[in-house]
Amino acid sequence: MIPWERAGDTVMTKLDRREATVLRGLITQIDGMLRARADEAPQDELAELTGIRTGMSSAPEDPILARLLPDFHRLDDAGSGGDADQDSAAALRSLHEPELLDLKSGVAGVVLDTCPPDGGTVKLSLEQAEAWLSAVNDVRLALGTTLDVTEDMPDELPEDDPRSPHLGVYQWLTWMQEHLVLALTPADDDAD
Amino acid sequence: MDAMSVHMSMPVEETQAAPQGSELVAEDKPWQTIVWNDPVNLMSYVTYVFQKLFGYSREHATKLMLDVHHKGKAIVSSGSKDKVEVDVAKLHAAGLWATMEHQS
Repeated sequence: MIPWERAGDTVMTKLDRREATVLRGLITQIDGMLRARADEAPQDELAELTGIRTGMSSAPEDPILARLLPDFHRLDDAGSGGDADQDSAAALRSLHEPELLDLKSGVAGVVLDTCPPDGGTVKLSLEQAEAWLSAVNDVRLALGTTLDVTEDMPDELPEDDPRSPHLGVYQWLTWMQEHLVLALTPADDDAD
Repeated sequence: MDAMSVHMSMPVEETQAAPQGSELVAEDKPWQTIVWNDPVNLMSYVTYVFQKLFGYSREHATKLMLDVHHKGKAIVSSGSKDKVEVDVAKLHAAGLWATMEHQS
């Protein structure tokens, strides 16, 4: 892979076959988890009539989904609201989660539509590049949760660490995201 | 946050005059949006998201990002419950760990 290049309103890179396969695989896997979560949401006739959807009110048990779909209030010891916060967080989740799931599936879809399965040139509009940024970040959040990434994580883990082979993929995505942010950030620091 | 950065330099403490703690402001802005530190989100990305979502200058966005990184959290916006709710939802879409709380 080469760093992202910006030319006017276009952002480009090249991926080899293996990179494209890994990226598409991870995106597809996470999108599958998000869609399964969406399917769990209560269905009722009233929601279909009014178009106002109701999502799940409780946080996902799966740690990856819990990270991708956080609570609206801090409910652990760092929070202060007690039971009132619990109720409010449940209400806010069921109100907002359907749209959040749509947005995350939407950006995943943009990557799958624009990343050639066999690798090659990726050419994106700025809007598509924004979608890549969010989608790649979601993949890093998922991998980071699984790998139990910490701030002082070494660049390489001991060979017998079962996480060792996967850390390289995480680091590659970190590099890709960092360069995509650079490509999208205006060079002029005074930009408002 | 992950400190990996291809930025050559990190602007330091160039705080914009942000309104703080005046009673009038507190009355008008009873809810706060809080972003918490996490080990995955990149410093450059977090700064970018603050600029993009809230229209903050690079300097102000960088200061908030550094607060998240060093102090563990930062208040990134405040206002009515509805406004803050929307802000938290947008931050969740961007993958940041955000919550809202009522100002005490």
